[in-house]
Amino acid sequence: MHNSPIATADQEAHQNPALLHHFATEEQQKDAASLGMWVFLATEIMFFGGMFCAYLVYRYWYFGDFGAGSQSLNVVLGGTNTAVLICSSLTVALAVRAAQLGQQKVIIICLILTMLLGLVFLGIKGVEYHDKFVEHHVPGPGFHFPGHVPGHPDIPINQHHAQIFFSLYFIMTGLHALHMIIGVGLFAFITYNAMRRRYGPDYYTPVEVAGLYWHFVDIIWIYLFPLLYLIDRSK
Amino acid sequence: MSEHVSSLKLYIGIWITLLIGTLVTVLVAGVNLPGPLNAVVALTIATIKATLVVLFFMHVKYAHDKITKVVIVAALFWLAILLALSMADYTTRLWT
Amino acid sequence: MATAVLESGERETYLNKEYGIKSWLLTVDHKRIALLYLVSITFFFFIGGFFALLIRLELLTPAGDLVQADTYNKLFTMHGQVMVFFFLIPAVPAVLGNFLIPIMIGAKDLAFPRVNLLSWYLYIIGGALMLYTILNGGVDTGWTFYTPLSTEFLNTHVVTAGLAIFVAGFSSILTGLNFVVTTHRMRAPGMTWSRLPLFVWAHYATSIIQLLGTPVLAITLLLVVCERLFHLGIFNPALGGDPLLFQHLFWFYSHPAVYIMILPGMGIVSEIVCCFSRKRIFGYTAMALALLGIAVVGFLVWAHHMFVAGISLYAAMIFSLLSYFVAVPSAIKVFNWTSTMYKGSITYQTPMLYAFGFIGLFTMGGLTGLFLASLGIDVHVTDTYFVVAHFHYIMVGGMVMAYLGGMHFWWPKISGRMYPEGWGRLAALLVFVGFNLTFFPQFILGYMGMPRRYWDYSHSPEFQILNVLSTAGATVLAVGYVLPMIYFLWSMRYGKPAPDNPWNAAGLEWMVPSPPPTFNFEEQPVVTWEAYNYDEIKEEVPVAQ
Repeated sequence: MHNSPIATADQEAHQNPALLHHFATEEQQKDAASLGMWVFLATEIMFFGGMFCAYLVYRYWYFGDFGAGSQSLNVVLGGTNTAVLICSSLTVALAVRAAQLGQQKVIIICLILTMLLGLVFLGIKGVEYHDKFVEHHVPGPGFHFPGHVPGHPDIPINQHHAQIFFSLYFIMTGLHALHMIIGVGLFAFITYNAMRRRYGPDYYTPVEVAGLYWHFVDIIWIYLFPLLYLIDRSK
Repeated sequence: MSEHVSSLKLYIGIWITLLIGTLVTVLVAGVNLPGPLNAVVALTIATIKATLVVLFFMHVKYAHDKITKVVIVAALFWLAILLALSMADYTTRLWT
Repeated sequence: MATAVLESGERETYLNKEYGIKSWLLTVDHKRIALLYLVSITFFFFIGGFFALLIRLELLTPAGDLVQADTYNKLFTMHGQVMVFFFLIPAVPAVLGNFLIPIMIGAKDLAFPRVNLLSWYLYIIGGALMLYTILNGGVDTGWTFYTPLSTEFLNTHVVTAGLAIFVAGFSSILTGLNFVVTTHRMRAPGMTWSRLPLFVWAHYATSIIQLLGTPVLAITLLLVVCERLFHLGIFNPALGGDPLLFQHLFWFYSHPAVYIMILPGMGIVSEIVCCFSRKRIFGYTAMALALLGIAVVGFLVWAHHMFVAGISLYAAMIFSLLSYFVAVPSAIKVFNWTSTMYKGSITYQTPMLYAFGFIGLFTMGGLTGLFLASLGIDVHVTDTYFVVAHFHYIMVGGMVMAYLGGMHFWWPKISGRMYPEGWGRLAALLVFVGFNLTFFPQFILGYMGMPRRYWDYSHSPEFQILNVLSTAGATVLAVGYVLPMIYFLWSMRYGKPAPDNPWNAAGLEWMVPSPPPTFNFEEQPVVTWEAYNYDEIKEEVPVAQ
């Protein structure tokens, strides 16, 4: 009678209100959440993968124009942003560690730092977008990108091909930034819960799972940075 | 996923390595290497950085079952299918 | 714990536990969500079917006389988009998979019940966008959205249709995610991977495709929408883009999407064939691996849709060769179903009739697929009715047959009522005859050279007789589809109450009451038997009245 799964779940629910009714144990629930996030990240790889495929094709076709487009991007801002994201990955990892160790204050500090770094990234990204807008490098009727292909002063830039570079630049970094915004939102929610002391050594799944997401967004940028900013820089 | 608690030293070490990797990528991009070597170096460094993040920050090194690794490998394998078979078309279009 | 009983004295089930619209719209019970999906996909099935009937009526005569040419373009476009994205892809996973997978593996629910409900709402948002598109004059790109036609040249509602499918795609991804995590993490003690019913294996393989293919379609449609709104040039040759890149990305999803439709059907047929032959499945491991094999190899063949589109000859040869490989796991499945039936004690109940239909029609669809994988023949029959007939044999002859078979097989479990067996058999027969009458003539039409998507064939009136046969068949088919809907609804009130195991079938879902209680199992089941242990079940399938 007492080994009915429903009754068991109810008893454990008194111990940990976070355990949902359909899971037998906390470990099963944690493993499910973690696997769920990993599987979701696999779909994200394919989501960005479609754009990487388009990028690869046109970089192969229009290498010179892509090089010219790439050199017009601000490598100092891009590099800074890479560093900012790496720092935010560290603070997320430390937040998870703090939760594992039950250091309530450290969790909150690390999460707030993460969100601040995320916002710094978005701010710098905004400055870059603004520069591109002022320079008429935004695809559309006003698009204008004079100059020549790097290393070939005799070959002028093909406006259409350069426009494809900037289209991919804006779509890829734009979707990345959207993921960042969602991530900051997630962490705002988790910080709120952390302030209510919801996380500790027994239960920190949301911190860890949101952390996985944030690290993934960081990894995407680790690839976007050389692929977009560093094409043919040496010429 | 894992109850493993990594040391503070390890996290800081990975963080510094990632920052150095970024700096090296930018510096190498300014050097004119032969052929496609610039892209190869940049992507190799990016992959090393990504691997460090996955193994240590995302705790895959300490995962107690194989499924996390299988998911990652499967996703990368499918991405490789997409890129390789698409490029099989683009790289051979001009062959006669 | 004793069985929960309602005040009225009835046993408490997932159906009568709560009443009212809120108890349905906010439910996180996988069985109730399955029914929400059932109602919604049935709605879209009849919308898509309505477009199909108009297409067939137009083709009754050689002249384009029933509708305008533009209208005809919209009809076949919306028929395709509604049927593919709002019926075929969600149908079996979201209805039967949702209902059965947790019960089959001995779990109380899917791993993420709220995500499951979210996936239904995403489906509804996508469906509402699609309806908005239809009611505002529709879209006429062809279901494939080929660029630059869709991005530069048409004045119809491409953006809303694209977004509709984008949103519905996320519903599909979330369903797949739930199934993968559930299969890994929620199995009952003793339910090892080698004891899983093939229905669960089939959905696991399907989920892999949904998870790794659908995101590529999502980003592709997003690019189409951006391209149409901002004219970026990514897919526009006039601006340096490559329309074939669109086709690569589109078919990277949309070819494997065929396996999203057919693999769950294969799972259903495996269950039915074993039950009505009273035998263990022949070659369980091979069957499970074949499902995974199709899921993987299915991703290596997409460009066989592009043989005449201008891809490189070398790529075409690679894709042609790879396409043949899909035949291997598919043939394993057909042979093993046949071997399962060999010397079985077969009874001819409605689900089994559908399973027979599936095996035969899927085989024909598969074999004609080999014609299309072969470069020389494909050049001849591309964009003809041969292609139309081929994929309808897979999607309608295969998937819809399996879906109906599964609905009949598990209807007693879902509703707690028996459907009328005589009407069931009649409908199965009508569907089989009507289907073949509709689509077999199209093979001949295609081989004779009738192109698809043409509204007027008055230049070759010799096509008419076959088109008349096809339209007649479509009418029979329509009756065959409406009948089950009527008697299923009828049976909910007047049907004989179903016993827990009306077929004396194997599997955990037959050990819970019909209909099941909200948490499926009162006590955690422990599995000690292999799948399809029909050698241990002495009872035959009860004879229907």
